[in-house]
Amino acid sequence: MTIAGSPADQAAQDGGFRSAEGVRKVPLRHPWWWVGGALLILIIGMFAQLLVTNRNMDWSTVLEYLFNGEILKGLLRTLELTVLAMVIGLALGILLAVMRLSANPLFRAVSWLWLWFFRGVPPLVQMVFWFNLATLLPKLKLGVPYGPVFASWDTNTVISAFTAAILGLSLTESAYAAEMIRAGIQAVSKGQTEAALSIGMSRFQVMRRVVLPQALRIVVPPIGNDLISMLKFTSLVSVLATPDLLYSAQMIYSRNYKTIPLLLVATIWYLVLTTLLTVAQQQVEKRLKTTHPQTGAMKNVKRLRFLPSFGKA
Amino acid sequence: MVPLLRVEKVNKAFGTNHVLRDVSLDVHAGQVQCVIGPSGSGKSTLLRCVNRLEVPDSGHVYLDGQPMGYRWKGDTLREMTSSQLAVQRRQMGMVFQGFHLFPHRRVIENVIEGPVVVGGVGRATARERAMELLSKVGLADKAEAYPDSLSGGQQQRVAIARSLAMRPKLMLFDEPTSALDPELVGDVLAVMRDLADEGMTMVVVTHEMGFARDVADHVVFMDGGCVVEAGPPGHIFGAPEHERTRSFLARVL
Repeated sequence: MTIAGSPADQAAQDGGFRSAEGVRKVPLRHPWWWVGGALLILIIGMFAQLLVTNRNMDWSTVLEYLFNGEILKGLLRTLELTVLAMVIGLALGILLAVMRLSANPLFRAVSWLWLWFFRGVPPLVQMVFWFNLATLLPKLKLGVPYGPVFASWDTNTVISAFTAAILGLSLTESAYAAEMIRAGIQAVSKGQTEAALSIGMSRFQVMRRVVLPQALRIVVPPIGNDLISMLKFTSLVSVLATPDLLYSAQMIYSRNYKTIPLLLVATIWYLVLTTLLTVAQQQVEKRLKTTHPQTGAMKNVKRLRFLPSFGKA
Repeated sequence: MVPLLRVEKVNKAFGTNHVLRDVSLDVHAGQVQCVIGPSGSGKSTLLRCVNRLEVPDSGHVYLDGQPMGYRWKGDTLREMTSSQLAVQRRQMGMVFQGFHLFPHRRVIENVIEGPVVVGGVGRATARERAMELLSKVGLADKAEAYPDSLSGGQQQRVAIARSLAMRPKLMLFDEPTSALDPELVGDVLAVMRDLADEGMTMVVVTHEMGFARDVADHVVFMDGGCVVEAGPPGHIFGAPEHERTRSFLARVL
């Protein structure tokens, strides 16, 4: 028996339906969140303790070298490598992407081979290889194939450690950029090409004025990602004794043996740069997202100096 | 008199799908021809073959007596390069079902793109003319807008202005109102009507039977890749000879 007027009584009257109206609701509890959280805080705390109390961290040395002239010069070199390798990589990437989509089977094949090779060989291996190119080709010559030579240079003077580094990084990037740009070109609707042809543009004009500007804007986010990877990949050049950020730090600790503090200096700078780039990338993506996914994406990017303005020329 | 456009026994197949079978057509300067017929009858493909966006498998298209895509060299025909074909294409405008405005450029930039990039017209001159054209299609106030902020009907009118900016001898319309909401169709048809009144030569693939009846000088009925019947609108709509024409009209009218 139930007390008259109670919900259960009401339910009995309504033929088994029990209303949820006015009943206290208990949210799902997550006891494991607390356990996991406590564990994480413990680990983070231990790590923080290590950072602060381990005397080998030597924070005063880190501070001393953070704005050291040699380090800052290395930082500049790292930026220079990043930008140069990226620009060359993108330019080559566009060319390769267009070749990959060409009607000419030879162009397609060469592009495919290029991608296969430069995506397959690690940039570090390439750099060392380019640096030792003189062993293979002592002289670089400009002239008619099998004909007269107009100019020739000693390979070792042309391929400095810096050029070898740029070659290794940009050729690898060209392969990755080509694949992204190809996807971008294919994402631009066929109607765009047809409309452009119908007003009398040649194939080349269609590509330069209509397809590429849209394709490049589509690939801004993945290219931004590549830029961040590139920044970190430049540290590979230390094997060629090119004084980038990492190598400058290595040079200093080989003199004063303060290995960890100087690696920390490099780490801090890499983090600062990637953070800046990440923020910039997020801003770009936000602007892309606020308008149409594909079409409206264009209007805002116009103002950004993120990409060289291909197709605007 | 040499027709402005002649289509001569054009065939086109996509794989095993034979889309056009020996289609022939003459369009004289100043004429408005409407091509009607069920979907899949090859109407759009015909238009695309005229513009050489599709290359016919056999047969020829002549514009002003010159074969599209080829130039005479003695007694032979040489296939044109992409830029030579582009020069030939400038003589005809094309309006698509899906508008295909350039989304990364403003309305006015869409309209001047052709004259400036292709025609070598100065920017200022091109702008002036583009503004005239935009007034004509009733969109002068949208000159600085981006295409994606316009309605479909407005986009299509900009697309018409963009084609007209090249001062074509002939305008091709490929189902220009099929992608539009019903209430926006009228504006686009009105612009096309004005254009016809001004004496523009037009080939219009359309499902708008009212437009075909009122505006066309000549109506072409296609079915199964063939021209079944062609003649003045009074004849096609009033007294069609073929059973297929009759049954099609019975379904759409």
